Amino acid sequence: MTDEPLLRVSALSKFYGSRVGCENITFDLWPGEVLAIVGESGSGKTTLLNCLSTRLLPSSGTASYRMRDGQWRELYRMSEAERRFLMRTDWGFVHQNPADGLRMTVSAGANVGERLMAVGDRHYGNIRATAVDWLSRVEIDEDRIDDEPRSFSGGMRQRLQIARNLVTGPRLVFMDEPTGGLDVSVQARLLDLLRGLVTDLGLAAIVVTHDLAVARLLSQRMMVMKDGHVVESGLTDRVLDDPRAPYTQLLVSSILQV
Amino acid sequence: MTDIATYNFAYLDEQTKRMIRRAILKGIAIPGYQVPFASREMPMPYGWGTGGVQVTASIIGPDDVLKVIDQGADDTTNAVSIRAFFRKVANVAVTTDTASATIIQTRHRIPEHPLAAGQVLVFQVPIPEPLRFLEPRETETRKMHALEEYGLMHVKLYEDIARHGRIATTYAYPVKVEGRYVMDPSPTPKFDNPKMHRSPALQLFGAGREKRIYALPPFTDVVSLDFEDHPFEVQTFDQPCALCGAENVYLDEVILDDHGGHMFVCSDTDHCEKRRADPASPLWEGRAGGAGAGDQAATPATPIPALRADPPHEGEGKEAQ
Repeated sequence: MTDEPLLRVSALSKFYGSRVGCENITFDLWPGEVLAIVGESGSGKTTLLNCLSTRLLPSSGTASYRMRDGQWRELYRMSEAERRFLMRTDWGFVHQNPADGLRMTVSAGANVGERLMAVGDRHYGNIRATAVDWLSRVEIDEDRIDDEPRSFSGGMRQRLQIARNLVTGPRLVFMDEPTGGLDVSVQARLLDLLRGLVTDLGLAAIVVTHDLAVARLLSQRMMVMKDGHVVESGLTDRVLDDPRAPYTQLLVSSILQV
Repeated sequence: MTDIATYNFAYLDEQTKRMIRRAILKGIAIPGYQVPFASREMPMPYGWGTGGVQVTASIIGPDDVLKVIDQGADDTTNAVSIRAFFRKVANVAVTTDTASATIIQTRHRIPEHPLAAGQVLVFQVPIPEPLRFLEPRETETRKMHALEEYGLMHVKLYEDIARHGRIATTYAYPVKVEGRYVMDPSPTPKFDNPKMHRSPALQLFGAGREKRIYALPPFTDVVSLDFEDHPFEVQTFDQPCALCGAENVYLDEVILDDHGGHMFVCSDTDHCEKRRADPASPLWEGRAGGAGAGDQAATPATPIPALRADPPHEGEGKEAQ
């Protein structure tokens, strides 16, 4: 880890008219760190994630990102071309619904290879070899490489989406409910896989989830949101074991025990 | 047509032609860029070449000589109707001879006879957006063109190789123009893609239904997309043309009977007829298989029907320049 953070967010707010999406969010994210944003539906988690990933422009506030060359760039002042380039090289975005992040009508191999081709790789053999490698890393059989994701199960699609995002070696990955809609055993496998990849690759990640177990397993630090505001933040284990804000206490005590 | 109201020269009114010419000029200024234009209703259905007809109508003058081809042929319905249309509304000379035409409107072929400076080739384009079947949103494809994000185009070629072991796209093969815009060369066979590269003729593309015009000024770089380990290749044919014996030309399959009889003949009828009329001409040397003339004797087993069965239509004799 370096001394400098990767992402600096300062007083970020997003309003939808007079309604609050998220308000006055400030935090730093360090390289290799996984930050979980938890909260109930409508608490502004996804709005915040979309603002951070520049899919949405905030109403006020700034966010700076340290590029690979060490230069700090303010995200909302970059041109669209630069932002989109960042999006498909140094960043990844894992959608809750894999169909949003995948091209459902082209093969798994092409889905993984698309980012490589987008950054100028023009050698079919190399692209395919990389795709095979990544499919095996996310535990998809090599013989499914020419199948369309339509024929994949939900868990496979999600793993394919992860491979597609990680193929260019990004430094920061945004995840929106990566395990939503999957059954628990598939969730467990996916979390295990994600945890391994994040550690191996030294990825920084911002994971939005309403599932505290996901936060516990994946993240080192978490922020609890309610009504567009951060009500509590800190180390994951501390927040979950010793919640201070009344809302966090409610959230933690709402977990069903089997 | 003396008593009835006459059309404006070349059918379109002057303001419309002016608007289309502005789009054409913009297209020429930005090679490969799709310029939106206010496409008009034409007296023909969409898909029959309304874009090409509007472009031709906007650039044609009384002194022009027009040739119209449809899949390389001068005598198919589309070609005959459009030729008749312009003879009627513009009273221009028409021809089937590639070399003497000043404007050639084409549906999906580039003539075998090399084009010269001063000639204009007008393509009829059904779907101008090369990214369309990969990305359905027009807002997104425009953004991709603007930001030069063409990785997706290679995804299509990747899929071809993954499924067929080679790039199986045979027509509408995407090209990059002047190192900038990726362009759909209209559904011409990829056989004709190399002819677009640095062509001395001006090439204009009109899509009537999609309301887009784009252009390749003379001597523009047109490079077909490919992979380093799967380079671009054009179609090849095992046999020469069954009628004129030409090699290295694009052939059409003609079904002869109900018993599987078929033969391959030149898609470019003008080229084929000229070769048969004068097999010894030095014009064929060095291109289209100069040896073709000598192969004349090698007639196919199946009898060769006359290339066209219909009697010459009214006024056709006048077409000779």
